[in-house]
Amino acid sequence: MDALLTLWSANTAVSATVWLLLAMTLLYFGRKPAHSMLRTTGEGLRNVLRLTSRSLSQLERHLVKRNREVLLAAARNDAERRIEREFTRIQALVARDLSGYPALHRDIAAAISNIEDTYRESGENPPLPPAWSEVVNTIAALPSHGDPAVAKVLNNIKGAVEDTHKETLKAWQNSAAQRHKLLSKMQPEWRTLNDKADAVAATVDGLDKRTHQLDKQMAQFEEIRRGEDSAVRSLTSSSLTQFFIAGLVLTIAVMGGLINFQLIALPMSEMVGGTSYIGALKTSDIAALVIILIEIAMGLFLLESLRITRLFPVISSMDDRMRRRMMVISLTILCVLAGIEASLAYMRDLLALDREALTQSLTGVTAAAGGVAASHAEFRWIPSIGQMVMGFILPFALAFIAIPLESFIHSLRTVLGLLLVGAIRAVSVAARALGNLLDHSMKLLMSAYDLLIMIPLSIERLVVSLRSSTEAVADAIPDVTATDEQPARKSRKGRRSKADDDTAAAAA
Amino acid sequence: MNIVQKLLVATALPLSLVLSGCGETAPKNKAVYLLIDTSGTYTQELHKAQAIINYLLANLNSGDSIAVARIDSGSFSEKDILAKTTFDMRPSTANDQKRSFKQAIDEFANNLKHGSANTDITGGMLQATEYLNETGAGEKYVFIFSDLEEDLPDDYTRDFPISMDNIHVVALNVTKLRSDNIDPRDYLNRLDNWQHRVTEGGGDWRVLNDLERMDRLIVSN
Repeated sequence: MDALLTLWSANTAVSATVWLLLAMTLLYFGRKPAHSMLRTTGEGLRNVLRLTSRSLSQLERHLVKRNREVLLAAARNDAERRIEREFTRIQALVARDLSGYPALHRDIAAAISNIEDTYRESGENPPLPPAWSEVVNTIAALPSHGDPAVAKVLNNIKGAVEDTHKETLKAWQNSAAQRHKLLSKMQPEWRTLNDKADAVAATVDGLDKRTHQLDKQMAQFEEIRRGEDSAVRSLTSSSLTQFFIAGLVLTIAVMGGLINFQLIALPMSEMVGGTSYIGALKTSDIAALVIILIEIAMGLFLLESLRITRLFPVISSMDDRMRRRMMVISLTILCVLAGIEASLAYMRDLLALDREALTQSLTGVTAAAGGVAASHAEFRWIPSIGQMVMGFILPFALAFIAIPLESFIHSLRTVLGLLLVGAIRAVSVAARALGNLLDHSMKLLMSAYDLLIMIPLSIERLVVSLRSSTEAVADAIPDVTATDEQPARKSRKGRRSKADDDTAAAAA
Repeated sequence: MNIVQKLLVATALPLSLVLSGCGETAPKNKAVYLLIDTSGTYTQELHKAQAIINYLLANLNSGDSIAVARIDSGSFSEKDILAKTTFDMRPSTANDQKRSFKQAIDEFANNLKHGSANTDITGGMLQATEYLNETGAGEKYVFIFSDLEEDLPDDYTRDFPISMDNIHVVALNVTKLRSDNIDPRDYLNRLDNWQHRVTEGGGDWRVLNDLERMDRLIVSN
């Protein structure tokens, strides 16, 4: 380095100046190709990155479209299932309530008939003969003319008429009482009729509600089928919510699985031995894990055969008899495994007790401490029972993992699609930005290049301006031969201006 | 790819990863051989040895092996092995074995009246390496509970190298003798001599005098 610095002169400054001048000259003469190289590099990189960005944008659009299709297809399936379920409910409602409608109709008809009969019976009353009072009055008003026999006869007639009147009145009163009794007998019939009418109203109301639900589902289905943006937005939001909720529940299930594993891993070593390994894992641990996985698998099959989940189309499409058989088999295996787990949990407790006793004997626990431990022995059954119950219940709890698992898998597709779209969009924007940045950097480098050779460039600019001013003065002086020389000068000016243009273009 | 296929792939991938680790793996069990010096006044330290044995019994698991032997005038003999066992693969049976082992050691400690006339540590070491190599364990340990002062009968030959490949040798409770107090270099020379013999044979040498730190006895992997 020092040798290079003193190549031209012993004085470093002089030598450096010579180097600088030399470099400046070289850079000045190489200005055009250097500028060209930087410009083409910048433009090339920008174009490549813009092309990449455009391709990524196309991919993003394609993915968005695909995600939309997947989302709509999933939502369509879901809506179809819901509508199917609504129809099933309506069918059940109709089968349950309206199947009894003929009987109900018969009951109502019988009640109406009874009411009619009763009404008819209550209407047949013996009316009080209106002439009786007049007859009595007429007989009472007859002159007896002092004849005691006539008076007696009249009195007898009057008495007989009055007796008959009383009897008739009594008969009428009895008849009225009978009618009231009949009318009061109608009351339960009315009530029955009212109840039946209420039952019919409730059934129809329930059916009405279901049909409204069905209408809503159908409207949603229509929206999804049309592929409206609002439906897609709503579905995306729903998928994200489902993803997080299902993820949370799955995390809880995994925790439950770990506790389950801890319950049965130690006693498993009693069954398969605690010394053998498969890879880096103990065989007993793998056996415990397999039992838990089988329980989960049985839970999946059980919920699948109950048609709660639809992860396996083969099971869903089975005929009902086969599905019921599968349900029974899965449930039986699950119960057996739960029983095994409960017994393993109990064995774990026994092993823990044995180990504790051994540790105490090895560490030489004093009799007093042993006495304290013995005093707690009466409560030892509590953790034992607790472990057994946990061992029995956890497999069934794990069986329900199928529901959040299904939601998680379904929503995972949407979430992954969204993440992928986001990532592609980010890369696309970054590529475009990088392209522009590189292009600008190249332009900056060109300016920096010019800055390094600003002295020769300034000289060049000065020379050009001097030359142009000389020509301007020459143009201003009138010349006799101007007419002859004008074309030649014009052409020269034209050439010069063309040269200037080239310089300006190069500078740009 | 439908959901079933995805699930199958998701299950098969980790399973294949786990199973790819299967095959011939190095044994992970341990084998421990404890040599107890029963010569002279060192018998007074026997209760400490019992504590060490109890600690070992509490920490060894199914598949591990343990043997306790005494160092006497001629220790290269199976007769000097006080108790030995390989723990059963079932934890409950292993616990029973540990109880029996402890009982055997306790009986020996209670019945020991007189110390041996000589101290054949090298013979005990040879016996230990033989036993440990037979177990085929992944980790092999020899614990020497002694003052490391070898005192051989006149006609015994023990000055030859011992092969102790992959065996961890730990000297426990190496007490100082009266002569060591006069010239501590004797003690240091004794330790150096044994370290040299063990490392030369391919073993690994450690000294642990503070029995409060028994957790360092077996270096867990």
